[in-house]
Amino acid sequence: MLLRHTTKDIKERKSLTINPAKTCQPVGAMYAALGIHGCLPHSHGSQGCCSYHRSALTRHYKEPIMAATSSFTEGSSVFGGQSNLIQAIDNIFTIYEPEVIAVHSTCLSETIGDDLTQIVEKARDGGKIPEGKHVIFCNTPSYIGSHVTGYSNMVSGMVKLLSKSTGVTNDKINLISGWVEPSDMREVKRMANLMGANFTLFPDTSDVVDAPQTGSYEMYPKGGTTIPDLIASGDNKATLAFGKWATEDAAIKLENKCKVPFEATELPIGVRATDRFIMELSKLAEVGIPEAITAERGRLVDMITDMQQYLHGKRVALFGDPDQLIPLVEFLLDMNMKPVYIVSGTPGKKMHKRLEELLLPTVPEAKFQNGKGADMYLLHQWIKNEGVDLLIGNSYGKYIARDENIPFLRMGFPILDRVGHSYFPTLGYMGGLRILEKILDLIMDKQDLESSEPEFELVM
Amino acid sequence: MSTDNKTNMFPDSSDLIEEILNKYPSKVAKKRAKSLVTNDPEIDQEIQSNIRTIPGIITQRGCCYAGCKGVILGPTRDIINIVHGPIGCSFYAWLTRRNQTDAGPDGENYMNYCFSTDMQDTNIVFGGEKKLEEAIREAYEIFKPHSIGVFSTCPIGLIGDDVHAVSRKMKEELDINIFGFSCEGYKGVSQSAGHHIANNGIFKHVVGLNNTDPGGKFKLNLLGEYNIGGDSFVLEKYFEEMGITLVSTFSGNSTMSQFENAHMADLNAVMCHRSINYIAEMLEKKHGIPWIKINFIGADATAKSLRKIAKYFEDEELMAKTEEIIAREMLEVQATIEDVKSRTEGKLCMMYVGGSRAHHYQELFGEIGMRTISAGYEFGHRDDYEGRKVLDSIKIDADSRNIEELDIVKDEANWRDDLVAKKTSLEDKGYGFSEYEGMMPDMEKNSLVIDDISHWETEKLIEYYKPDIIGAGIKEKYVIQKYGVPLKQLHSYDYGGPYAGFKGAVNFYNDIDKMVNTKIWGLIPPPWKNEPELVAKMADTAY
Ligand code: SF4
Ligand code: SF4
Repeated sequence: MLLRHTTKDIKERKSLTINPAKTCQPVGAMYAALGIHGCLPHSHGSQGCCSYHRSALTRHYKEPIMAATSSFTEGSSVFGGQSNLIQAIDNIFTIYEPEVIAVHSTCLSETIGDDLTQIVEKARDGGKIPEGKHVIFCNTPSYIGSHVTGYSNMVSGMVKLLSKSTGVTNDKINLISGWVEPSDMREVKRMANLMGANFTLFPDTSDVVDAPQTGSYEMYPKGGTTIPDLIASGDNKATLAFGKWATEDAAIKLENKCKVPFEATELPIGVRATDRFIMELSKLAEVGIPEAITAERGRLVDMITDMQQYLHGKRVALFGDPDQLIPLVEFLLDMNMKPVYIVSGTPGKKMHKRLEELLLPTVPEAKFQNGKGADMYLLHQWIKNEGVDLLIGNSYGKYIARDENIPFLRMGFPILDRVGHSYFPTLGYMGGLRILEKILDLIMDKQDLESSEPEFELVM
Repeated sequence: MSTDNKTNMFPDSSDLIEEILNKYPSKVAKKRAKSLVTNDPEIDQEIQSNIRTIPGIITQRGCCYAGCKGVILGPTRDIINIVHGPIGCSFYAWLTRRNQTDAGPDGENYMNYCFSTDMQDTNIVFGGEKKLEEAIREAYEIFKPHSIGVFSTCPIGLIGDDVHAVSRKMKEELDINIFGFSCEGYKGVSQSAGHHIANNGIFKHVVGLNNTDPGGKFKLNLLGEYNIGGDSFVLEKYFEEMGITLVSTFSGNSTMSQFENAHMADLNAVMCHRSINYIAEMLEKKHGIPWIKINFIGADATAKSLRKIAKYFEDEELMAKTEEIIAREMLEVQATIEDVKSRTEGKLCMMYVGGSRAHHYQELFGEIGMRTISAGYEFGHRDDYEGRKVLDSIKIDADSRNIEELDIVKDEANWRDDLVAKKTSLEDKGYGFSEYEGMMPDMEKNSLVIDDISHWETEKLIEYYKPDIIGAGIKEKYVIQKYGVPLKQLHSYDYGGPYAGFKGAVNFYNDIDKMVNTKIWGLIPPPWKNEPELVAKMADTAY
């Protein structure tokens, strides 16, 4: 047994987190920053954080993840990191020549109390920021929230420091993307283009962290939202933010700053969340929903009607982030599956409320917890008390899956041991088909592996 | 550079160095210039190393905490390691180094778990000592471990939580071994400071707790071997066959009870000099146990190291057994070399990794005829480059001064006069103890030695040398492969290995052969690249 010390007996823990279902803010900020074209993320703290965040993202994407660090020493920790950051900005623009540097703080610089606004001002006054180049920044103390909060903070930073309103409104909408894969961002663009919408998507990591092999390395690949587009986001007529935990704050800030009205939806995962997303998109962009989209939806519903008998009543345990988990739970329920255990390290009372709404009517026995005390150790203990037929979560779930012999679907961050998530979306109706295909594969493969010889069958 | 020559002298790299430095602001250029050295094995050359990374430079380095918790304490399975800090530091060190361990079907093994106090903002404001205390208590109540380690991260150091005081208090309350490490990420300039802090902590709190004789005729500690990809498992088999008792390994496939007993060994064999020489030296000072430098990366190096260990024990039967193992294992080694070398000979490699691997792996590449055109460490010190002879001349700067040097006194009750005498008599016969010559004397003339390489330097080196393969870490892997150059991860072995010992050497030759000779690199340009009439004129679509 890999997790041989995990017991059925659940003791209350107030201070010890075991096997967390979250990580820290800066990694989210770093990922969001990669969705700006020509951007070099910068970690303001000791170099360890930066090294860890780059490694985590590199392992997840199997792609170059570049970022610089302020490389604090004990001295900077005592006297503050101002000179480190100013020197870093100077060096980065001279050596690595990005269009924009996106600085995020770390626990260390936050605890010291470094004031990023003032330091960046100082760098500007000192002529360290070349003409036409930009430095944006956000605060990402990891003792608040989770990696999702960090993503959200960096997206808000883009709005705060770049978006401008000229007073002339564009016939364009903003699509603010939650923390999803480059494949998902590509899929959202495909759907929006299919509908004829005129939009700016930000951040946009497609063509950044899924760059093709060409035999030459581009430090700043062709993808990412451009700075002019980000600036112009303040002139767009409306905003659709999808994935509330990661984007709603930015949408609110954009409304406050530039009077751009917004709608925030859940991530378009599964049938109904995608329905709501498509309808909002249609309304805000003032475009119709084409037959092609209706047909995609039809294909997804068709596969569910054909296959739901194999899924009906299957008990599912999930861990990950609120933006993914909420629509995923709704999707599983629509397929008559039973999401019985749900855990997220990301805090926020809204998640509990929304899950209650979704689960109470049909799966009243479901247990769910987020924020404090909600870790994978607890999830595993629940599973030990009463088993499940499917586990969904990031790569760390494989230890539970193997110990308990549960089919395991990798979704979320980080996925360290498989590929595909960068290229095949789980958003939209087509993404729904992929999720369904994967779940079916897992459940049917288990049946094929474990059925007796007389019961082993060819056809479905 | 042409890659078909097998013996030609490397070109003088001064134009490359100049091009690299030209891009830097002058202050940066001045600093970096001292860390780039065109090697000449005939003369003594100084390389600047173990100094702080310049802010804004994209570096490979991690932090002190990573070196302490991740590297040294990471591979020990029967201790609960609680990271005191916000969640991230603990999360990223969770199963991300490939230390395998074998606890048997029901031995204690906490390595698959991640423990954290998950500090929240109120804890940062009001202090987290109470929370840490409670976390230790909870861990004890749930798991009943016999040891708990506590690791302090950057914000903890700043708010001034005393992990040592809390550990002492809880040790008394729970009556198990509990100890803390002040390994905040800002200490020192790299992982290296964390190695030192970990060495100190284990030596202070664990080594020497158990005086039971581990038994056996020849008792050995293996130091600086971390069982990445199962390396230790390979070596353990050789020792077993030789009749050597492996008292402890620091720290691959290890347990706390091994450490407690480590002072009962007759010899310390040091593999990674950078990360563990401190314990070797402290064991000698306190107990009189001598140490030797060995290396099990490379078949020849393995044979040499096994012979050196056998020779120390001055036992005919042991030496005969050792020769038997070497002769047996070399058959497969030689057969593989013969096959692989025809495809790898004359190819060029570069390595930027760790504090000893960049040196050790040159042997393996050399055995299949590949030449190291450039190499450097991520967190090495001058002695790892230039040899221990420079130890006395190394200036201790402000960043290193704060790392404690333990004051070690002789333990009269557990002092090995016999080993001290043995050392003297063997030395008279020319047997070398406490020696490490470093990497640079082993490298070819005009090869380029670089400490703490930056991303910019890596790019320039690839353009200039066009190497056939590079050895580095995960952060570099996909950058370098985008250039069409394969990268072998030398921290995690790309999830392959083991690479230690004879078996490991054979694995490595085959893996490198596969990487440098894979057909996929030839498929990078699309077949229509030179047929413009086939390329659409349409602009890119929006998705
Ligand atoms: S110190 Fe904070 S930012 Fe850095 S790795 Fe730890 S939790 Fe994350
Ligand atoms: S906060 Fe400090 S200890 Fe934690 S990863 Fe960052 S540098 Fe290392």
